[in-house]
Amino acid sequence: MEPVKPILEFKKTCVSYTRQTMAVKYVSAAIERNTITAIMGPSGCGKSTLLRAANLMHNLYPNIRVDGEILLNGENILAMQPIDVRRKVGMVFQRPAPFPTMSIYDNVLSGFTLNGISLSKSERDATVERCLRSVALWDEVKDVLNKKGTFLSGGQQQRLCIARALAMKPDVLLMDEPTSALDPIATAHIEELMQELQKEVTILIVTHNMGQAMRISSKSMFMYLGELVEYGDTATMFSNPSDERTKAYLTGKMG
Amino acid sequence: MNDKLYRGFLFIAALVVPVVCGGVVYALVTDAYEAFEYFGFFRFLTSSEWSYTDGAEQYGALPFITGTLMTTLLALVFCIPFSLPVALFVGEYFRDTQVAAVLGTVTDLLAGIPSIIYGLWGFYTLRPVIMALDISEQGSGILTASLVLAIMITPYASSLSAEFIKMVPNDLKEGAYSLGATHAEVVRKVVFPVAGSGIFSSYVLAIGRALGETMTVTMLIGNTNNIPESITSTGNSMASVIANQFGEASDLRLSSLIAIGLVLFLITALINMVGKIMIKRARIS
Repeated sequence: MEPVKPILEFKKTCVSYTRQTMAVKYVSAAIERNTITAIMGPSGCGKSTLLRAANLMHNLYPNIRVDGEILLNGENILAMQPIDVRRKVGMVFQRPAPFPTMSIYDNVLSGFTLNGISLSKSERDATVERCLRSVALWDEVKDVLNKKGTFLSGGQQQRLCIARALAMKPDVLLMDEPTSALDPIATAHIEELMQELQKEVTILIVTHNMGQAMRISSKSMFMYLGELVEYGDTATMFSNPSDERTKAYLTGKMG
Repeated sequence: MNDKLYRGFLFIAALVVPVVCGGVVYALVTDAYEAFEYFGFFRFLTSSEWSYTDGAEQYGALPFITGTLMTTLLALVFCIPFSLPVALFVGEYFRDTQVAAVLGTVTDLLAGIPSIIYGLWGFYTLRPVIMALDISEQGSGILTASLVLAIMITPYASSLSAEFIKMVPNDLKEGAYSLGATHAEVVRKVVFPVAGSGIFSSYVLAIGRALGETMTVTMLIGNTNNIPESITSTGNSMASVIANQFGEASDLRLSSLIAIGLVLFLITALINMVGKIMIKRARIS
């Protein structure tokens, strides 16, 4: 059987903030289409840094260097325009941050307005409804679409941010600890949502929460001190980690 | 016991400020009363006569209110194209770099230059240029005063605006970038709208500075007591007419000058108060 072509592939990816130290060291991993892959590891292990490399967030900060290759559908994104990459690789951040000057409606469409793409009224309405439905927010906000996004609860705001990212129809959605600022109920909501979303988008999620990784992901990476220690099926990694460091982390001996 | 003394001392010291402020207002009101009583409050504000011929004295504040508004608004118009880019440079594009720090310091330095120096520069450097360019014959006037005023208020507008631009959360900017926005789009559609009310209030405070600026305007505005016909005309602002005439004025004319001072005080206090309230609101949100 021919192996499935990965949607996203890190090839000896390195990220360094200063000349002397590397935050991510020679990470190689292929991410399969329509999966949820969790990136775990103790604070400062480079998991967010790796994630942010995948949509060229590091390009915003001139001191940060990214080396190696990152392939999106076989094309090296490090040689592409950041704007093109970011439209295909969406991102959801740790703290929900809808644009405070925009209504809920405009927040969903912000990807288009920011890029100067104009849509017809019916396209706009359809996009807003489709995206809000796919984050299960439509029923809650359909009557208050003109209110400011900041008027929603934290969990709703985060779902709005996911909707905002989905509006651009990205191939990959990067999520940087998207539930760490939310309460357990809102967290459960988002986890449930991710299961649904993986049908249409490949998700790469950084999480501190081992339970979350176990519940939602099919593949897991464990990173430690900038290295990718282990990458494989989540179930296998939790039941039978191949590396001592993974085992120590998963059993709580190392945080 | 010691503590009580200490508190008492603080209390008295704190009391001095409102008492002095009240005293200034009281003095202005009592001294301006004669003019208001003689001409009537609204007639005084709307009359454009300013003549001190004995027996036919006529004093109205309109030429000076007009002069003040014209110089202030023109200064604002000239100041925005400079102060806004400087604010963006310091607060966003070159934020936290050494270039921004140097530019920020130099801009703040402009605020520390005594106004008499600006006046001299305007008189001996800018005025000849205006004359050479054939913009106006005598070189002084509303335009000349406004140009120098614009430079004077730029540091106030730009450093405060830069502060608000810096305060735009990184989360929002990264969120916009992650959707594929360019830097210019992030500035236009995220930074400006979010920092908007703060930037606006910075300009309100800058207006507050321009309204009361005396020395520079007095040296450059040309000191004529009629309503300026165009921006190249000479005129007088509320502050400059007082500075020019208080030494030789007495009785009704002096009271009229003080009445102008009272009006200027009220307008400036109002603008500053509005600006400060707006800044407070912008900071909270």
